[in-house]
Amino acid sequence: MVRAADGKPIAWLSERRTPGATPEGRARQGRGGYFVKYQPSRSSLLMAPALVWLTALMVVPCALVLALAFFRRGIYGGIDYTFTLENFGLVFDPLYAGIFLNSARIAGTATLIAVVIGYAAAYAIAAAPRRWQPVFLFFAVLPFWSNYLIRTYAWIVLLNREGLITQLLRWFGYTGEPPSMLYTEGAVIAGLVYNYLPFVILACYAPLSRLNPELAEASRDLGASAATTLRRVILPLTVPGIAAGAVFVFVLSIGNFVTPALLGGGRFQMIGNLVYDQFLTANDWPFGAALAMALIAIMLLVLMAQALATDRAAGRAAEARGQADG
Amino acid sequence: MSEPRTLLAIDHVSKKFGQVTAVDGISLDIRENEFFALLGPSGCGKTTLLRMLAGFETPNDGRILLDGHDIARTPPNKRPVNLMFQSYALFPHMSVRANVSYGLEMERLPAAEIRSRVDAILATTELVPFADRKPEQLSGGQKQRVALARALVKRPRLLLLDEPLGALDKKLRGAMQLELKRLQHEVGITFVIVTHDQEESLVMADRMAVLKDGKLLQCDTPHAIYEHPADRFVADFIGVMNFVPGKASSDGVVAVNGARIAGKVPAALSPGAPAVASVRPERIRLFPSGETANRTTGTVEALAYHGLDLQLHVRTPLSPKPFLVRVTADAADRRPVASGDQVELGWDAADVRIFEE
Amino acid sequence: MAVVSTAIATLLGTLLAIGVEMRRQYGMGLEALIFAPMIIPDIVLAIALLSFFSMLNLTMGLHTIILAHVVFNLAFVCSVVRARLKSFDWSIVEASADLGASALTTFRRVTLPVIAPAVIAGALLAFTLSVDEFIIAFFTAGAGRASTTLPMQIYAMIRFGITPEINALATIVMAVSITALTLSQRLNRGIIGQ
Ligand SMILES: Nc1ncnc2c1ncn2[C@@H]1O[C@H](COP(=O)(O)OP(=O)(O)O)[C@@H](O)[C@H]1O
Ligand SMILES: [Mg+2]
Repeated sequence: MVRAADGKPIAWLSERRTPGATPEGRARQGRGGYFVKYQPSRSSLLMAPALVWLTALMVVPCALVLALAFFRRGIYGGIDYTFTLENFGLVFDPLYAGIFLNSARIAGTATLIAVVIGYAAAYAIAAAPRRWQPVFLFFAVLPFWSNYLIRTYAWIVLLNREGLITQLLRWFGYTGEPPSMLYTEGAVIAGLVYNYLPFVILACYAPLSRLNPELAEASRDLGASAATTLRRVILPLTVPGIAAGAVFVFVLSIGNFVTPALLGGGRFQMIGNLVYDQFLTANDWPFGAALAMALIAIMLLVLMAQALATDRAAGRAAEARGQADG
Repeated sequence: MSEPRTLLAIDHVSKKFGQVTAVDGISLDIRENEFFALLGPSGCGKTTLLRMLAGFETPNDGRILLDGHDIARTPPNKRPVNLMFQSYALFPHMSVRANVSYGLEMERLPAAEIRSRVDAILATTELVPFADRKPEQLSGGQKQRVALARALVKRPRLLLLDEPLGALDKKLRGAMQLELKRLQHEVGITFVIVTHDQEESLVMADRMAVLKDGKLLQCDTPHAIYEHPADRFVADFIGVMNFVPGKASSDGVVAVNGARIAGKVPAALSPGAPAVASVRPERIRLFPSGETANRTTGTVEALAYHGLDLQLHVRTPLSPKPFLVRVTADAADRRPVASGDQVELGWDAADVRIFEE
Repeated sequence: MAVVSTAIATLLGTLLAIGVEMRRQYGMGLEALIFAPMIIPDIVLAIALLSFFSMLNLTMGLHTIILAHVVFNLAFVCSVVRARLKSFDWSIVEASADLGASALTTFRRVTLPVIAPAVIAGALLAFTLSVDEFIIAFFTAGAGRASTTLPMQIYAMIRFGITPEINALATIVMAVSITALTLSQRLNRGIIGQ
């Protein structure tokens, strides 16, 4: 998760700020260099090495995992090449389905909290004076730049029974039992929210900062309260950002196994942990593969939902920008 | 006729942004049912003043009285004042109808009343065929009408319009100027319009205020401002004016070349002080017959034919800039002139305005 | 390890980016293929590669980690470079050809210098991600201490609880990250400024 978590914001930032990245930007460029630009054969040649690499080391392995999911587990942990559907059946076994639901619940809660906090933060940043905005954003993504494990470790330092929070409570005169915060579901959720919050902030900041501020003013002018303005004008126009942020948090959370392992102390199984166990402990690769495929299926579903939400909002977002430009 | 009632009194209002004083102690009265224009060059504080009237900025100083009540600190959603934004600020995710209904929904009016009022205003603004379109599917002129309908449907005491025609092309703008005036008459709402286009304000306004650097220079009817500008800046900004720099004397201005321009000298101007005499291009006669108080000769440098009239650039010894002279097509036909010709110009003392330089 | 995978990824990712941007249109498939490595859950890619390598009977070690890291690194490099290319004025390439330069010379003297900041930013990003990446390395490293990456070491240590060693290590990693961060901020500003 680290790479996606760390990388995406940067890719986004540069994409967002480059004028040509938008359709309008491309249109503005006009026809300059048209003939040099479009050379299908040369293009294929340039793309070939990377595509071969991606095919060989991503597509084929993933296909392999898919295939693996249809085989039987060998007696000594190997693979017995007989076709079966029982791995998928097992995914729906109450025990494992429960873990799926549990993962979805934890990921969903983390997503909800991250979206609420992240949207509020993004809103505050977008409302700040222009020249301070980059500074605030910089601090918002700062945690991204330290190692994922170290960030998680920081929470252990914070939450453990003799950790900073306990000591702080003591300092205020609290004498009772130290609260048990580490190795709880709350700790796992807190870890996930903390890790993916910058994503949501960036994803929500982009459309918020491009929203024409006069739209909100127009709403106020027509008699709407601040809350009504948020609900009826600002939120609907920033759905794509919210959706993108939410999808990232959800997808990254549900497949996460490090945070549950470290902050949940192994007591809270999530799908990631389950896959991990099948491959490295239980040695049931076919079942692990089936679980991984289920994970991919969930991811695709979520992505499709996002595409739907974004599509609907795309037109109005473009319009909102157009008005801001004009 | 009885004295018109004051609707909105702006009383010594100032607004500072950090070091910049955007609006500097302005006092103005806006009367019931008038079409009032705020005119001034870019950056003179028109938008800031308008935003204070709408409630988006709070004055640092002064009062804004609507029907005698100070509203300077009333939030925008609690004022019977509506603003039509320069960018129109239509809600892109709502249809035309939804945009127009929005303000009435905020007043929690019954659905039936909302419906009938929206229908009525859509008809007035000729938007019925577009009611179900999204703003992105409208042309510039149509968007402008939606923005107008959205503000008008609330029946505000005061409608504020920030450069409402700025985004339209020239021809459409001309048509919309008349259209706005007709609408204002029809709905009987006080309009305050902001513009940097002096021609626009002359065409539309009942009364207008000229601002510069956050200060009010003059407030009067377009005719009075055109004929009797308060100072040199106003004279230059409104319409076209020919200036003759020099020194004030008891009954006019002595130009640099020693020639005397006769005209009424303001009392504040003591003889010998730097001054400027001015005259409108249409007040200058070509080859004047009979007596005129002021005369000069010059060389025609350029001619521009404008259909109704002919504009001449005439180089004279009176000023470094050529004089602009407008003669009617008739007069030009009677005595044709060409580039390079020597011409004689004359104008009356009553058409001369003298300002402090 | 990170250096090698970054180098390969930067080369392939840049070429891919130019290739994609040269197309008039490209299908959703291509877009998805390039986007997938960034969004696919790490654990899935990790086990996929583990199964793949073990099926091929490949001995796992640093080289398998490199193979794996290039997959996602090239996707990130590609997306950064593509962003830059979207605002690239292709008529300067035409101008260069018009002035008699060969395609290769044009690339070397015109195209590359213009997109260089993006390429470097992409490379830096890839490097950071590689150093940081833990899960895929964990699965594709095989046994043997030689192929242990830093995050793997940290993970092993954290599982034993809080120790002074981790605190020290954490401090060092933070210092390195902040340096990289400052550097890449500079470069990013360079890209945006153009
Ligand atoms: N929100 C603001 N912050 C700082 N300065 C502002 C702000 N709004 C306006 N100004 C400044 O106030 C002055 C008047 O601006 P404005 O009212 O927009 O002028 P106009 O609408 O007449 O062109 C300008 O110098 C402008 O830069
Ligand atoms: Mg303005």
